[in-house]
Amino acid sequence: MAGQVFAYIRHKAGKADDSAAELAVAAGKIFADASPTAIVTGAGSELDAVCSEVAAAYPQIWKFDHESLAYPNAEAIRKLLLNVLPPDAVVLIPHDTFGMDLGPGLSIKLDSAFLSDVVDFVGLDGDTLKVVRQEYSGQVSTHSSCDISAGAVINIRPGVFQVQEPGAAGGQVVDKSADVGDLTVGRRFLEVVEAEVGDVDITKEDVLVSVGRGIEEEDNIEIATELAEAMGAVVSCSRPIVDAKWLEKSRQVGTSGQTVKPKVYLALGISGSFQHLGGLKGNPYIVAVNKNPKAPIFQVADVGVVADLLEFVPVLTEKIQESN
Amino acid sequence: MEILVCVKRVPDTAENEIEVAGDGSDIERDDLVYSVNEWDNYAVEEAIQIVDKVGGSVTVVSVGDEEAEEVVRREMAMGANNGILLADDAFEGSDGKGTAALLKAAVDKGSYDLILTGAQADDGAGQVGGMLAAMLDVPYASVVNSIETLDDKKLKVGREIEGGNQEMNEIDLPCVLSIQTGINEPRYVGIRGIRKVASVEIPVWGAADLGLTADAVGAAGARVKRLDYFVPELGEGAEILEGSMEEVADKLIELLKAKGGFK
Repeated sequence: MAGQVFAYIRHKAGKADDSAAELAVAAGKIFADASPTAIVTGAGSELDAVCSEVAAAYPQIWKFDHESLAYPNAEAIRKLLLNVLPPDAVVLIPHDTFGMDLGPGLSIKLDSAFLSDVVDFVGLDGDTLKVVRQEYSGQVSTHSSCDISAGAVINIRPGVFQVQEPGAAGGQVVDKSADVGDLTVGRRFLEVVEAEVGDVDITKEDVLVSVGRGIEEEDNIEIATELAEAMGAVVSCSRPIVDAKWLEKSRQVGTSGQTVKPKVYLALGISGSFQHLGGLKGNPYIVAVNKNPKAPIFQVADVGVVADLLEFVPVLTEKIQESN
Repeated sequence: MEILVCVKRVPDTAENEIEVAGDGSDIERDDLVYSVNEWDNYAVEEAIQIVDKVGGSVTVVSVGDEEAEEVVRREMAMGANNGILLADDAFEGSDGKGTAALLKAAVDKGSYDLILTGAQADDGAGQVGGMLAAMLDVPYASVVNSIETLDDKKLKVGREIEGGNQEMNEIDLPCVLSIQTGINEPRYVGIRGIRKVASVEIPVWGAADLGLTADAVGAAGARVKRLDYFVPELGEGAEILEGSMEEVADKLIELLKAKGGFK
């Protein structure tokens, strides 16, 4: 029998991250009778606001208030968790840039199984947990099984476990700050450097013409620029375009770029990884143009065109120019 | 600085549509184009640039079958000094922890100041670097998008965090870093570069060379097992516009007009 379920709560400026309530939903998908414990770490009075907020979804909250935890340094939090968790704990962590930092190493130190970026749970049979993951940027899914008898660290994809109703768990907060222990680490947080502001603010645009890897060459960006001009829209992009330095970082849509909320979003040659879609909010009307009919973007788009954007977009632009 | 970079040979998703094979036991492997995992290529470039600045050497290691040798050789053509291939039938079916254990055994046979991996590979797990660091008991930082050498004891590294922000850290050496794409511009590898390393001997280490028993690695030691591949039932999915390119464009313009797609 697997151990108690814990969820690591991410928070900022006294507010819990959306993943906090999602992890409680995920816990319920693993164990029907889950009574998960929220782990809230940080420093100062804003922790209390976070604890009361998550009390709606968690029956127990463990609070760790310590100056070494003021910034969530995964190395320090791993040490803390090793000091306080039972070895067979089932630990849920959001699969974001913090979870990627914490989860794998924590599983080794706890000698637990590790499941990364889980998007669904099929069920628990004895100690064997069956989950759904995705591979190849979401082009295919897999079922994986995992023996959780000795505990597990499970990174959960943000945004997939939807919270249906506000909970009424009425959680009790236990201040465990005295149990923090030694948090000396070999990696020290210095500062957060905020993203540079670019020449356009794509977060405020109603219509975005967004380009991805399918644009193939830097010179082809012009194809998107011309379409955007004809539509009165602005060009944005996915990560590979910024990696190639064809457009500035401020135009990147995604969890590692900007979060946008346009009315209409044209995804040209964008496969639709969850990191990209994570930056797309407000339920826009999505048009996908991609030559791969199996591209994940077609699962979330409202309307799709299976074509090479390099051929299709100039035709579209010309027709719009004619009608203008 | 002695740097080890862990690289993986993967199907190139820019060149292939990945499809599930008939019985779901694997993806369709016929006619797949393979290449070095994109993240790993950035890691090798970064290692070469560090060594160009402060001296030392770059070693590339890959866990895989004999065919993984081609990616090790390619990264040597880029400028890595040494290559190692970890190959053994017993390694088949390793989970992330198993792969990290193989790499740890290889690390223990050398002496490295810095170990780099890609932030993730084809399975999207992003797990091996963090596991390896924990096994070696050295500090770790994931999704690294800048590295500055402070002295021979520590680095200043930037991590790409949410919202396009960058988290700066000081990290003690030795350490493990997982490298994000975009950290540099990987150099082009020409046919001449490949020829230069074509006959370089790349040692192949199996379980016995690494001091590992067969039950500790591969499927026997794996707590996580992939059961099958499948394509999920789509929700509603996109309405796919059919017709000639002109017809599709006309239909799309009508839809966009209705949705406020024009100013």
